[in-house]
Amino acid sequence: MDYFFVILIEILYSIASLVLIGAGLAIIFGMMKVINLAHGEFMMLGGYVTITSVNYGINIFLSILIIAPATVGLIGLVVERLVIRNLYSRLVDTMLATWGLSLFFIGVVTMIFGNTTTGISTPIPGFSIGTYQVGGYNIFIIMISAFLLISAYFILKKTRAGLIARGSMQSAEIASALGYSPDRVYMMTFFCGSALTGLAGAVLAPLVGLVPSSGGAYIAKAFITVIAGGPSLVVGLVSSASLFGIVNQLFTFLYSPVVGEVALLVAAVILLRLLPRGITGSFFKDRL
Amino acid sequence: MAESILETFGLTMKFGGVIAAHNINFKLKARELRCLIGPNGAGKSTFFKCITGQQTPTEGEVYLRGMDTSRWMPHQIASLGVGIKTQTPSVMNGLSVSENIWLSARRFHDGPEAKRKTREIIERLALGAIAKDQLGKLSHGERQLIELGLVIVGDPWLVLLDEPAAGLSGEDIERMTTIINEINKTAAIIIIEHDMQFIRSIAKIVTVFHQGAVLLEDRVDKVMSDPTVRNIYLGKRN
Amino acid sequence: MAGSFSRDVIATIGLTVVVIWILPYVISTFTITVLIVYGLLGLSLGLVWGYGGILCFGQAVFFGIGAYTYAISAINIGESTLPMLLSIIVPSLFAALLGAMMFYGRLTDVYLGVITLVVTLIFYRFINSTAGPHYKIGNAQLGGFNGIPGFQTLNIPGQPSSYIWGDGYFYFCAVVLAIVYLGVSILLRSDFGRIIVGIRENETRMSLLGYDVRARKTILFAIGGGIAGLSGALFANWGEIVTPSVFSLGQSAEIILWCIVGGLGTRFGPILGAAGLSYLKFLLGQQSFVDNTLITGLILVFFVLFLPKGIVPTIVNVWDLKFGRLLSDRFQKPRRNRKLRLNG
Repeated sequence: MDYFFVILIEILYSIASLVLIGAGLAIIFGMMKVINLAHGEFMMLGGYVTITSVNYGINIFLSILIIAPATVGLIGLVVERLVIRNLYSRLVDTMLATWGLSLFFIGVVTMIFGNTTTGISTPIPGFSIGTYQVGGYNIFIIMISAFLLISAYFILKKTRAGLIARGSMQSAEIASALGYSPDRVYMMTFFCGSALTGLAGAVLAPLVGLVPSSGGAYIAKAFITVIAGGPSLVVGLVSSASLFGIVNQLFTFLYSPVVGEVALLVAAVILLRLLPRGITGSFFKDRL
Repeated sequence: MAESILETFGLTMKFGGVIAAHNINFKLKARELRCLIGPNGAGKSTFFKCITGQQTPTEGEVYLRGMDTSRWMPHQIASLGVGIKTQTPSVMNGLSVSENIWLSARRFHDGPEAKRKTREIIERLALGAIAKDQLGKLSHGERQLIELGLVIVGDPWLVLLDEPAAGLSGEDIERMTTIINEINKTAAIIIIEHDMQFIRSIAKIVTVFHQGAVLLEDRVDKVMSDPTVRNIYLGKRN
Repeated sequence: MAGSFSRDVIATIGLTVVVIWILPYVISTFTITVLIVYGLLGLSLGLVWGYGGILCFGQAVFFGIGAYTYAISAINIGESTLPMLLSIIVPSLFAALLGAMMFYGRLTDVYLGVITLVVTLIFYRFINSTAGPHYKIGNAQLGGFNGIPGFQTLNIPGQPSSYIWGDGYFYFCAVVLAIVYLGVSILLRSDFGRIIVGIRENETRMSLLGYDVRARKTILFAIGGGIAGLSGALFANWGEIVTPSVFSLGQSAEIILWCIVGGLGTRFGPILGAAGLSYLKFLLGQQSFVDNTLITGLILVFFVLFLPKGIVPTIVNVWDLKFGRLLSDRFQKPRRNRKLRLNG
């Protein structure tokens, strides 16, 4: 029974971290049809901002929940104005340019922090279920993800901003018909998406040793979670994160973490081959 | 009694919750010329895409010369001898006129024969002066004509034309009419059109689509004077 | 495709001679060799992407498979001829399988990008985790992140102890590049090549004309994979070790960068881009003031924003505008107004 709970928490944690990793990318891709290949580096930046501000003596939760998202959001804003804005509706070019940006950020961080591993310890102690030890911080991550999903759902469904967002997802013309310039909507979207990405990077930072090239580990997972999710933002993210999270944990339990990773990637390739429009392109249509 | 070369039975196409085409039963004889009319969104282009294999119908079958082609790929259907001119000219914009036509000719003929065929079509459509020009730099009318050229290189027995007269001047429409009559000597043709005058000048039988279904099918003068058709078609358009 | 094939042959031979005779006075042959190998790798993506319109984010996979195939089979066989052939065949077959899976599934650009990227990562992760002694193929230890050292390097066919190395290896690579370049030229002039370009221009129209687009894209992808594999084997011979970094995303990014900077839709552009940027990287590697990756990234962003066509096409355009226009204006009569007409 205890073992069952431990596995359940591990699986939930695996799903939650995929949701976190994918959320920012999903918003930017869903609304702007822009694939931000610098997504992983935005997460990496979120992590570095957190570690730096903690080292300056700022409270860790303040750093994670406020400072990191705000900083990365602002970086995203600058990137959108300088680069992305010139490339709308040129999907491949935005992928290439953001790939360039990702290399640029890796370079910048390497120059500032050096090519060494940094990290901070988790602020929440673990606890035990029966004879098993469980990380308390994992529970925190599960809660953050759940909170994000629920609030995203309500914002999209109930608020005026959500209405505009849903309109822009259909087409840019709907946003302008509602009286908002697509330019502004895109700017805000990129800001929100980047901030969320920064938050994800910050939340996960205490769990990993951070190096300038850490982003590469995230981008593929984020990428496949979002693409495999398909057109619906919330349902798509949850369903693909669940699928991949379960596959990942299952193979990790059975074999090793590396096999788990590889199984996740292979599952993604198979899924995309079978359902080229993603899970919500074939099931759960017309949901948020 | 000539055999039907194209038949559809209960053809239905759904996109998510939207029904784009509903239970369409359609028949076309060899070398017949048929016009499809109907307001935008009536399902005419969807109907075309189901015939060419660009879309697989949700329900129902398409029979071409007696073969069930409902689940075939576009290139297989094209290889049977079915050509389509799409609504906006779909051509190889980065290549020259003769390269475009060669690509079409090469599909059905070997090396030297493809070259000969290319020259023949360029001559037949009087494209000699622009044969070396890049297609993307030509006018809309010229691209319409060249796309038609691509379609007829393969000597198809069924030609689908989606708004061939759209965006052409009066003089060019006349020429388009001549070309269509020329093609019709060897092939059956289905034309989607909005231009009533053009339809009158070219068609004998007209099929009216409305809300994804066939509303009416009759001689052109009867259709034109039908009150329901006048109502929905002329009323809804513009 | 302007110009005749014989002109291509003369230009290729001329350029090869220049590279072999003159370049060694400027750059060491050891460095030029790797520039040539990268040039070959750039050409492989230049063919697949520039002419076939297939954007592969994981060209490094085939490069890596080629390198590892060579290393593993060279250790097991102890002679280099068959391993060289295998390092073309194996990646080419893998590319054919992967390509068939993607193209027959009617996947579009984005999904193609995702899948090739993910496949790259799978290989990178997997090879990195093979450090244990039980990861063995025949006599070859995969070695994880340490890679595989100490395999039989290139020898004269049938004589395992007569190695081709140093300047000899440099000449060999230059000739291989020239031969592959001519092969690509022949391919692009063939009917297959012209059909491939038609598919790049308008896939829907080509399938509506009756061409099986999927099969042709798969074949092209396999050819590109084979060329990348060959360059991988040459790279392995040059470095005398293969490590998992051949599969890295950074490697894939660089290949794409070479093509963009050199120019898509040209054969020479990607080679020039590869050699030029790799040399730049080599020079930058000798200083520690600015980070290398940072500059690579900036170049990529700059080219996408301001010079999306790349260097070679831009130079050709300027040349045409300055000289071509003058000539054609002088010798061609202005065209008469054209009308649609049907003869006969």
